[in-house]
Amino acid sequence: MTSLESHIPSRSPSLGRRPLSRETVIGWGLILVLVAAAVFAHLAGEPFYVNLASRIAIVALAGVGLNLALGFGGMVSFGHAAFFGIGGYVAGIGAFHAFDQSPLFGLSGLPAGSDLMPVLWLSALLVCGLVAYAIGAISLGTSGVYFIMITLAFAQMIYYFAVSWPTYGGEDGLPIYIRNSLPGLDTNNPLVFFTLCMALLGLALFLTQRWMNARFGAALTMARLNETRLATAGVEPRPIRLAAFVISGMITGVAGALFADLNGFVGPSMLSWHRSGEIMVIVILGGVGRLCGPLAGAILFVMMETLLGGLTEYWQLFLGVVLLAVVLFARGGVMGLLAGRERYA
Amino acid sequence: MTLTLLIEQVLNGIQLGTMLFLMASGLTLVFGVMGLINLAHGSFYMTGAFVTAWVTGLTGSFWVGLLGGVLAAAAVGAVVEWTVIRRLYHRDHLDQVLATFALILIFSEGTRWIFGSSPLWLNVPDSLSGSVTLPGGVEYPLYRLAIIVMGVAIAIGLYLLISRTRLGMRIRAGENDREMIGALGVDISTLYTLVFALGAALAGLAGSTIGALQSVQVGMGEPVLILAFVVIVIGGIGSIKGALIGAVLVGVVDTLGRVLLPGLFKLFMAPSDASGVGAALASMLIYVLMAGILAFKPNGLFAAHD
Repeated sequence: MTSLESHIPSRSPSLGRRPLSRETVIGWGLILVLVAAAVFAHLAGEPFYVNLASRIAIVALAGVGLNLALGFGGMVSFGHAAFFGIGGYVAGIGAFHAFDQSPLFGLSGLPAGSDLMPVLWLSALLVCGLVAYAIGAISLGTSGVYFIMITLAFAQMIYYFAVSWPTYGGEDGLPIYIRNSLPGLDTNNPLVFFTLCMALLGLALFLTQRWMNARFGAALTMARLNETRLATAGVEPRPIRLAAFVISGMITGVAGALFADLNGFVGPSMLSWHRSGEIMVIVILGGVGRLCGPLAGAILFVMMETLLGGLTEYWQLFLGVVLLAVVLFARGGVMGLLAGRERYA
Repeated sequence: MTLTLLIEQVLNGIQLGTMLFLMASGLTLVFGVMGLINLAHGSFYMTGAFVTAWVTGLTGSFWVGLLGGVLAAAAVGAVVEWTVIRRLYHRDHLDQVLATFALILIFSEGTRWIFGSSPLWLNVPDSLSGSVTLPGGVEYPLYRLAIIVMGVAIAIGLYLLISRTRLGMRIRAGENDREMIGALGVDISTLYTLVFALGAALAGLAGSTIGALQSVQVGMGEPVLILAFVVIVIGGIGSIKGALIGAVLVGVVDTLGRVLLPGLFKLFMAPSDASGVGAALASMLIYVLMAGILAFKPNGLFAAHD
């Protein structure tokens, strides 16, 4: 077992300013490349590629959420599509009721829907937080394979609920006819929308970095590495894990709300277990437990999806082969390759 | 709701449970002996169904097709174990989940590549078509009844295999202490390949037999796989007995929920709402069951070990 002392102080802010690590430089590099690509595509009059950049940012945001639970907390959640989809449905249902000025869920006591992005984002945070709390409270009683399976089962439960609930489209999903708005900004402009996605991604990365450098992060890391030791130090592991799981679900939920707005559509496919697998794949491809790993993974994943998907309709076959190769031979993912194996196992 | 209909639905539930047992017993064996969580188990189910449909189309005989499907699934299982899976035994569960998720992508797209996207069809063999009248006047399709009988036979066979044969003794020893049976001169790699191929063959058998009731298509293994996971989690991972009881429980609860819940809600709701809410809740029922069981018994009903 790796000792506490060798890791925590080197990451703690109390040591003052350190030279930029290679990982930080690469992280900033990836962000700059993505922003530059989006701006360039916008100037070249190619909205398709701007939207592709937005897609990368959103998928990366979902990955940042999962990475907090999976990478930093060691909780292998195979059900994060639940939060992604719920976030999407929050945006979709809000817009649905704002569109025809009806009260939420058609119940007369409730307020009308809203098409304001901040309201929808906050609602997504709230709803996903509550759902993640419920799922986490039950699932964290288990560990190992049971945790993987029970998170998967909860996500499936929500998936089947969405499929068989006819009010919001059931199996067919729910279109968002007019993209939700933000006062003072034209959210239909691809570059503006990209900027929003990127700002939220940046915020999530910033907050994750702050949390992981704080006492919370030290406790979460220790909960993953050695639970008994954490308990001996007087910190109960379970509430720490639960908090990380809830925050993780909330971040992924906001990504879902953005994704629904990007596509103008939300459907059960956002909740399917394939989606959970994809979010997980993004985290792994990028590098588990690396701050900017999900961003690297998202760039790689969306690029493969677009490039290979353009060549062959069987592109997922090649995705499978790449993923298998990464898992078997290149543990650490892209960040492991670029920035070296700084992370302890 | 008449009694005949109820009996018929309970039998349907048991038949679904039989299928789930075939899937779950392989999963739980592989987990119990090798400590491996295998998401690609549904791919063997799909392999069995596709090869059965293909061979039956070529030869005209369902039984040759069935044999071909089971053997193909076992062979694919052995090859996959030999090339990929054996590198994963010492990895953590995350790596196992990802690698086998990658295998699903490869198998699904590969099958789509070979057989195309349109589903294949497989008919119930003539000797098992039609229905029989059970005591009590219930008409029930012969083929489904045969599946239940087959499931019971397989369950007894597996019990005998594991408790009475040398192979079974080694499997049990492998569950208890891998290093020790290796030290006693048992060839562990071969044992692992055998167990994995056995699990794959059982999944292939499930796919082959169910292929005559549903369309044979890419992705058909995934819903069954997830139900099988629910089964082994409820039953306790690694326990064959748990898999059997969990499978029947899940099969019956799921089937009866879908039949009874909409009717139940009609008692106090408008009929149009009741069928929607009833169907939505019925599809969630087994997950609620699982969450309920895990909340009180975090290691399932018959946990072997973990």
